[in-house]
Amino acid sequence: MRSVSAINRFGWGQRDGSSSGLSVQDWLAGQLTGPDRAVFAGVGSCADGLVALREQRKAKMQGDPLVKPIFQAEVATQMDTLLLTEQPFRERLVWFWFNHFTVSLRQGSTRAVVGAYMREAIRPHVTGRFSDMLLAVMRHPAMLMYLDNASSIGPDSVAGRRSHRGLNENLARECLELHTVSPASGYSQADVTSFAAILTGWGVDLKADEPGFVFREKAHEPGVKTLMGQAFPEGEDGGVQALQFLGTHPATYRHIATQMVRHFVSDTPAPASVRHVEGVLQASGGDLRAASLALGALPEPALGGGKFRSPMDYVTAVLRALSVGGAPSQPGDPHSPAHQLVSGFASLGQPLWTAPLPNGWSDDAADWSAPADMLARTDWAWRVAAHVRTGDPMDVADTALGPALRPQTRTAMHHAGSRQDALALLFSSPEFQRR
Amino acid sequence: MMMSRRNALLGLTSAWTLGRSSLAFAGSSGGPDDPRLVVILLRGALDGLSAVTPYGDPDLASYRRALVLPEPGQEGGLLDLGGFYGLHPSLVALHGLYGQGQMLPIHAVAGHYRSRSHFEAQDYLESGADERLGSGWLNRAVSVLQGKANRPDGYGLAMGLTVPLLLRGSARVGSYAPAGSQHPDADLYGQILALNASDPVTGPALRNALKARGFSDAAMTQGGMAGAPGVDAAGKPRKIDAFTQLSTAAGEMLATAHGPRVAALEIGGWDTHAGQLGRLGGPLAQLDRGIGALRQGLGESWNRTVVLALTEFGRTVRINGTGGTDHGTGTVAFLAGGAVAGGKVGGTWPGLRSGQLFENRDLAPTTDLRSVVAGVLCDHLHLPQHAVGTVFPGSAVEPARGLVVPV
Repeated sequence: MRSVSAINRFGWGQRDGSSSGLSVQDWLAGQLTGPDRAVFAGVGSCADGLVALREQRKAKMQGDPLVKPIFQAEVATQMDTLLLTEQPFRERLVWFWFNHFTVSLRQGSTRAVVGAYMREAIRPHVTGRFSDMLLAVMRHPAMLMYLDNASSIGPDSVAGRRSHRGLNENLARECLELHTVSPASGYSQADVTSFAAILTGWGVDLKADEPGFVFREKAHEPGVKTLMGQAFPEGEDGGVQALQFLGTHPATYRHIATQMVRHFVSDTPAPASVRHVEGVLQASGGDLRAASLALGALPEPALGGGKFRSPMDYVTAVLRALSVGGAPSQPGDPHSPAHQLVSGFASLGQPLWTAPLPNGWSDDAADWSAPADMLARTDWAWRVAAHVRTGDPMDVADTALGPALRPQTRTAMHHAGSRQDALALLFSSPEFQRR
Repeated sequence: MMMSRRNALLGLTSAWTLGRSSLAFAGSSGGPDDPRLVVILLRGALDGLSAVTPYGDPDLASYRRALVLPEPGQEGGLLDLGGFYGLHPSLVALHGLYGQGQMLPIHAVAGHYRSRSHFEAQDYLESGADERLGSGWLNRAVSVLQGKANRPDGYGLAMGLTVPLLLRGSARVGSYAPAGSQHPDADLYGQILALNASDPVTGPALRNALKARGFSDAAMTQGGMAGAPGVDAAGKPRKIDAFTQLSTAAGEMLATAHGPRVAALEIGGWDTHAGQLGRLGGPLAQLDRGIGALRQGLGESWNRTVVLALTEFGRTVRINGTGGTDHGTGTVAFLAGGAVAGGKVGGTWPGLRSGQLFENRDLAPTTDLRSVVAGVLCDHLHLPQHAVGTVFPGSAVEPARGLVVPV
C-alpha cells in the first residue's frame, strides 16, 4: 500500500482519495515507465515565440502584444497540468530539472520562450540521459539568451576581429558551477574562459523562417581548446564533445546525485544516500529514470521530518487538496485555476519562472520559513479557504495528509467555527508545511 | 482611552503602523540615542569601477573606454569626488551626502575569499568566516550587543520576506514584509500558534511573526488573543519600488525609541554581463533612492546612523565581448549616514597598469571588507574589540579606524 507521505514527497500533494493499492516503488515506476501523459493545449514551439519576439521588435511595438498571449497560454496549460497531473512524480522531476537548469524572466527577454524551453529541453529528458538533457538545454534559445551566450564572440574569430567584440563567460561559468561538475571538481578560471571559447558561435538565429539555434562559424573562436585537461576541436562538434564530457563526468554525477537527494529526501543529504544515487548514475551512464527510481528506495525520513514545502509546493498542495481545477484555464483569465496558482506563488515569494539568480530557487527550509513568510502562508490559506463552499474539511485533511495528520490538528479542526477556519487550521498545521 | 487600554492589555510596548501593516517589538531597553546600523547587501556583484570611477587614472580608458562616463562637469558626466574619483550620475543623493561629509566610499575592497562564484562568495561575505557557516556575522554581532544591552529580542531586523544568511543564527531577529490586508482573527491565530507550538521551525517563526503584529507573549500563551491592534488600516499600498518602501519602513522602525537598532536589506540587479552602460543606472538609482528613504525615515536618528552597502565581489577591469563585465575581485563599498566620517574616498588605490591587476584581469584588492565591517562594529556600535574574533571566526581581523565620527 503506497503511503500518502510518499505521494506528497515525490509528487505535488494528494488530490483525491482514490488509491490503486500499489506499492510506493511500483507507483513511482509506473509514472516513469509509460509515456508522458501531459497534453499541452494552445501552445506552439520555441520558434513561434521567437517569431513573436522578432516581429514585436521589428515594429517597435509597446506592451508585449505578440509575446504576452504566448506566455499566458503557456502559464494556463502548464499550471493546469500541475494541478491535475496523474503522474505527479514525473511532474516534480520536470520542475526539479527546470530549477537545476534555471531560466528566469528576470533577464534575456525569455518570456517568449521559457514555456517552450520547459516542454522542449527539460520534459522529454527527465527519464532519459542527463547528458542528452544537458545538450538540449545548452542549445535551447531560452538558455542561450538567458545567460548571454547568444552574444558571446570569439575574439580571434572573423566576427571578433572585425567588431572588436569578444567573450561573455556567463553561460560557460554557470554550466560548470551549477549545471555539471560544480566547484568541487576543482576547475580553474582558465577552464571557464576556455569553455566560453568552446561555446562561441552557439547562438540564436532570429531572422530565419524557423528561428532557433544556430552555430555561427564566423563568431566561433578558432583552434583547439583545453577544458579540464581534455582537448576539444574547433567547431560546433567541439562544444558537443565538451558537453558530453561534462555531462558524463564523475563530478557531475556526484553533484546531481546530491541535488536530487537534497530535493527529495533532506536538506542535509546523508552521504550514503548520495553515494547510492551517484553509483546508479555512474553505472547506468547517467540514466535519470534509474536514478530517480533509486530515490524511492532510499531510507524514508521520520514521520513529520521530510522536506519543508517551498511556496510553490505549498500553494500547489493546498489547491490540489481543495480539488481546484478541472475545466481548462483560459489564458489571461484572472479567475482561472492557473491564475489562482501563479498569484499564490507570487504572493508567497516564489513567482513563476522568476528565480533571482541562475542557481534557481533554494531547496532549504531556512530560506522559506522566516516569520513573515509563515504568517503570509497562513493569511493566504485563510483567504483561499474563504472560497470553499462545499465538502467536509475532515475529508480534505484525510486525503491530503493521511496518517501524518496529528490528532491535535484533527481536534482543532473539529472545534473550528467555520469551514474556512477548519481549513485554515489544516493548512497552517506544521504537518502540512512538509512533504 | 480605548486604544491605550487595549495596548496595555496586549502588553504592547511599541508599534509601527505602515500603510496596511503594523509591527511591534517588546522588551527592548535601549534608548533613542543608540547607534543604528543598516547593512545593504548588493547581490550579484557591483562593478566598483562604474559606481566610483577613478577617472584620474590614465590607464582606465584603455581597458573599458566604452564604459567610462564623461568627466565631471560634462553632459551626463560623473559627479566629482575630489579630483581623482567620480561618482556615477545616478547616485545623486549619495553625492549630496558626500558634500555634507556623510558619505564615504572605500575603494578596492574585497572579502577574505577569492571565489568568483556569486553563491559561494555571498555565503562567505555573509557568514564572515573562513568556512561556510550556517550563521551570519551580523547575527553574531547582534548576539554580543544584545547581551550587553540586555534585550531578549527586537534588536535586529531583516527587511523582506526571508531572513538573509547575514542575520541568521542564534540571536533572535525580527523580520518585516508588507502584509496582505485580510487575515484571520486573533482567536484563530491563537489556535494556529498552539498547533505549531512544539514545531522547531514553524513554532518560533509564527510566534515572532505574530509578535511583530502586536501580540504580547502573555496574550499568546493564554490563547486569549481577542482584539488584535489595528492591523486593518485602510488604503492601497503605495506604488513605489519595493526597496524604497522597505527602506522607508526600516528607517521608521529604527527611529523608534525602543525599536530595533540593526537592520539588513538586500537589492539585486548588479550582474551586468552585457550592455552594462544601460543596465547599471537603474539599480544604482534604486539604491540611491533607498538610502534617501532611510534618511527620511530615520529623521533625527540619521545622525547616529551608519549605512553600509556591500557586494560579494567586483567585476573585470576589461570590458567583455558584449559591452559588460564578468566576475572579478576588488570593488567599492559605501558608508553613509550622519555618523560617518565621510566627504573623502577611503582605501588605497592599487593602480591599473598591467602588472597591478589581480590575475591580470581584476581590480587588485587593498582593503579587507571584514576590517571595514569590524571598524564600524567597534567604533560605532561599540562592539568590544575582544569580540571581533567571535563575529569573524578564523583569521585575525584588524578593525579599520576613522570610519565614523568620534562621539
